[in-house]
Amino acid sequence: MNLLGKLDWNAIPLHEPIIMGATAFMVLVVVAVLGFITMKGAWLYLWREWLTSVDHKRIGVMYCILALVMMLRGFSDAIMMRAQQAVAAGGAQGYLPPEHFDQIFSAHGTIMIFFMAMPFVVGIMNFAVPLQLGIRDVAFPTLNSVSFWLTASGALLINLSLAVGEFSKAGWWGYPPLSELQYSPGVGVDYYLWSLQISGLGTLLAGINFVTTILKMRAPGMSYMRMPVFCWTSLATNLLIVAAFPVLTAVLAMLLLDRYLGFHFFTNDAGGNQMLYANLFWVWGHPEVYILVLPAFGIFSEVIATFSGKPLFGYRSMVAATMTICVLSFLVWLHHFFTMGASANVNGFFGVMSMVIALPTGVKIYNWLFTMYGGRVRFTVPVLWSIGFMVTFVIGGMTGVLHAVPPVSFQLHNSVFLIAHFHNVIIGGVVFGLMAGYNYWFPKAFGFVLDERWGKASFWCWFIGFYLAFMPLYLVGLMGMTRRLQHYDNLAWQPWLIVAMVGAVVILGGIVCQVVQLVVSIRARDKLRVTGDPWNGRTLEWATASPPPAWNFALAPNVTGKDAFWTSKREQAKQGKPGPSRAYEPIEMPKNSATGFVSAFFAVVIGFAMIWHIWWMAGLGLLGAFVTLLAFAFRRHTEFEVPAEQIAQFERAHQAGAAV
Amino acid sequence: MRYGLLAVVLIGAATLGGCTEGVLDPKGPIALAERQILLNSLGIMLAIVVPTILATLAVGYWFRASNRRAAYLPDFEYSGRLELLVWSIPAMTVLLVGGVAWVGSHDLDPGKPISSTVTPITVQVVSLDWKWLFIYPEQGIASVNKLVVPVGTPISFELTSSSVMNSFHVPQLGSQIYTMSGMATRLHLQADHLGTYPGLSTMFSGDGFADMHFTVDAVTDDGFAQWVRQTRETGSALDKQAYADLVKPSKAVAPFTYRAVASGLFGSIVNAGMGTQESSLSICSTSQRAER
Amino acid sequence: MNIATAIDSVPLEALPSASEAGPAPKRIVVAYGFWIFLLSDIVMFAALFASYAVLVRSTAGGPSGAQLFNQATVAIETACLLVSSYTCGLMSLAINSRNRVGMYLGAVITFALGAAFLTLEIGEFADMIARGATPQRSAFLSAFFTLVGCHGLHVTLGLIWLIVMMVQASVFGFAARVQHRLLCFSLFWHALDIVWVGVFTVVYLMGVSS
Repeated sequence: MNLLGKLDWNAIPLHEPIIMGATAFMVLVVVAVLGFITMKGAWLYLWREWLTSVDHKRIGVMYCILALVMMLRGFSDAIMMRAQQAVAAGGAQGYLPPEHFDQIFSAHGTIMIFFMAMPFVVGIMNFAVPLQLGIRDVAFPTLNSVSFWLTASGALLINLSLAVGEFSKAGWWGYPPLSELQYSPGVGVDYYLWSLQISGLGTLLAGINFVTTILKMRAPGMSYMRMPVFCWTSLATNLLIVAAFPVLTAVLAMLLLDRYLGFHFFTNDAGGNQMLYANLFWVWGHPEVYILVLPAFGIFSEVIATFSGKPLFGYRSMVAATMTICVLSFLVWLHHFFTMGASANVNGFFGVMSMVIALPTGVKIYNWLFTMYGGRVRFTVPVLWSIGFMVTFVIGGMTGVLHAVPPVSFQLHNSVFLIAHFHNVIIGGVVFGLMAGYNYWFPKAFGFVLDERWGKASFWCWFIGFYLAFMPLYLVGLMGMTRRLQHYDNLAWQPWLIVAMVGAVVILGGIVCQVVQLVVSIRARDKLRVTGDPWNGRTLEWATASPPPAWNFALAPNVTGKDAFWTSKREQAKQGKPGPSRAYEPIEMPKNSATGFVSAFFAVVIGFAMIWHIWWMAGLGLLGAFVTLLAFAFRRHTEFEVPAEQIAQFERAHQAGAAV
Repeated sequence: MRYGLLAVVLIGAATLGGCTEGVLDPKGPIALAERQILLNSLGIMLAIVVPTILATLAVGYWFRASNRRAAYLPDFEYSGRLELLVWSIPAMTVLLVGGVAWVGSHDLDPGKPISSTVTPITVQVVSLDWKWLFIYPEQGIASVNKLVVPVGTPISFELTSSSVMNSFHVPQLGSQIYTMSGMATRLHLQADHLGTYPGLSTMFSGDGFADMHFTVDAVTDDGFAQWVRQTRETGSALDKQAYADLVKPSKAVAPFTYRAVASGLFGSIVNAGMGTQESSLSICSTSQRAER
Repeated sequence: MNIATAIDSVPLEALPSASEAGPAPKRIVVAYGFWIFLLSDIVMFAALFASYAVLVRSTAGGPSGAQLFNQATVAIETACLLVSSYTCGLMSLAINSRNRVGMYLGAVITFALGAAFLTLEIGEFADMIARGATPQRSAFLSAFFTLVGCHGLHVTLGLIWLIVMMVQASVFGFAARVQHRLLCFSLFWHALDIVWVGVFTVVYLMGVSS
């Protein structure tokens, strides 16, 4: 018996120059970063202040960093695919052989959904929601850290697959029987399954944490109908996470049982049913779309209201629309496979339901429109992203409703028209929203704004690049091109695919501008320094310092209306002086904990061991995780007290800064 | 820039409508009806989408902070009438398109036979790694990666897969449908014009997927009869052994034909789930999963 | 005046609202969070139940539930689990009244009944496997072993948790967080009972009757 299971030197694809080049590049970057930290002597600082932090703001920032790094990885996959399809026409095979191309599109989808969009969304919620609710931290701070590190573990495993072994070649949904052992005997699908199981657990825990936080931990006076819309959309998203992710866990676990123990859930033989997988996968998968886009809707609501200098139009409509989407999202999954051969009634029902969900979405668009109406719209970077979103998203929504018409889906299912549609809503909706949120809350997180000019340049590159990259795909889709083609014969498609490639390059320009924006802003941070309220904000996060202290609010805010901070600013302006001052009291804060980091380490060990069938190592990992849990459970001191004097000192310094 | 793109899109769409292969250039009743539904739905939605985009840009531009002529209404946050409008515009659109969807999914149900005075021809389709097998049970012949059909005759397809899931699609003839091991799906198509149309798999099925396409030759009744005659005279027979050879994975297979087919082959592929590869394992396993 | 405006003019602020009370106490937050977790766990079981329902007839020529299930064993298993829920409740009462002996006694009986349940279940599985009814035999058996086994796994984790909690109680006494965790444990244990009622009905009763 081999002590290392299936693992040996052949697992490292030394004969693949592209993969080894990418690996070498990644290793270089990691070594450079680690070397930089060592050079600066920052390890202890990093460990104490970040890696073991249970502060929701720091965890949020770490989520966003993970997402941005993964965006680079996912985007390099994207541009490789665009380049391949731009050249591999007629008899040409391009530069990527099928077995490599197949891994790239599978990795692109998996990474962008699970390790770019999800962490970004959860990161921004982590940062903003407790601040908007006027509280000190989330309901379970250590669990929050565990969630983040589990997500990071999944990301690590998926990137490890580049250098050690291979990634799945079965697409990001991993439909069986293609993903079964019989047709995918390699470790690729196992990498896919274990990284999703581990990060999925992290996401589920985050969902539980946030539902509890939003429902049970709001500042005094903040009733449900006074919550900022971003908190409402976050609530909806986390409810969806709690209700949908267990289904993903279950369905991936069944596929794991099929692959590891020879079960027959989805196999061709012994009575397995492949459509069971498709159904369960999309019962999770469609709510997932709304898990991603609802927080983006929340961000747009905050951004548009703030920069229009007006309350959000139709707040209650907005809330109703959000919760309607939340419920309806579980009734539309079948539109992902109208072509399965279900009866006309079933197809018709799910088609109509899928359209009904467009109704509340349409309402939101008009509400944003009327929010701008009668406002003083300041065209800052977040507003550009928001308006870019409104224009782009209605097109994506329209093509989405087209797909919901079963006879149209019979023709366009799995075509690149579909690819264009969901990139239209995911880039135009989710990514634009996240970018708006990133530019909007950055000064709150770090105390200085991001450079405006580079931000605008980035937006225009993304915006134009998006249209260049995906409008041609709509056309080529109508011309009959299907997705995931490593090469094709029809030369009429090629010019459009070259345009799409150019679009991807323009988007690359947008990403470069973003990196430059960050670097320029950090270098000029002293000039860009701002107070707690740089945008003339409306919600509570702008009522505290930028960056906020660990305890967020020296005194628990007392909420008297919607747009809590705006209301209190107005009242102060009327009265001419700040309200009666209250004495500061000591604050109990949760202690930092290495639980998250250590348990994630063991999660990686377990995942890696299971992927390579190294059973003893998986056992050790499980034991390690259990001991970590015990160590956490038996801690004697879980909280520390921040003395009132320290809080008073911070507040004096902060107010002095604000006065200047 | 945006308008430039829009122009490109419109010009592109116009050229597409002309002569390129694809769903906008239908050659049969199903594809024709589906294009009509596509255009109808698109038209209904464009009627509100275009004004919405224009209104967004106009409102954003007019109410820019630097425009002092624009009214500033800092307390304009609710209007019952507008709310009603805001909910009813998308609701009406959804109602219209929803009607189109409901009626369309019944009219164009892939399992529904095409009403015609001509007797339909049955073709049994098997997706293999990575090629298509077409069995003509009535004619007793079979072909690989080449489908020949008579013009104006409804074709009744029964489809299954020998291995992983694929999707059978001829964009110019209309609806696609999944092929799945152990299950038989149904599809009805018809070609109304002579010609050769591309067909392909639209469900990713592995390394040879990109080459998993075939051609559909729509010929006259006489042409079809002649093709059947010729086919019966050439090539080998598709018996158990030949099928076992055919099942082995191969890429970019040039079209060829079989002069005869073992009777009941399609049924046994459906029932065995795995075909002859592992029939000992699964001989009785999948029969109860076959639809219809 | 339209309806929407009429609704708007209802003074919402006049009604006193619990939702404005500020952050809830720790005990509530912990229990609430755990409830949400249990809901998610039940959703996972729902997916397993759905798969079982889809695959129940896919026996691939192998044995069906009616041929395999032994109602007597299952009845004893059910009794063990239901009674253990009762003793778990008694344990909770003992904790509330700070009764150390009562707590340990309740925990020991709960543990014993849970262990008895597990033993019977493992015996049942072993018997089925010995008769060739392995999860590899058919999709039906895959779904059966996964659904029932997943419940069994939860019971096992519950037993380990109970041991850890008893050690915690002996180290920390009735500290607030120990109480919170014991509260969560009892919620967990009762939720497993609810899931078992589902398993008993859907798998065993319906399996034998059809």
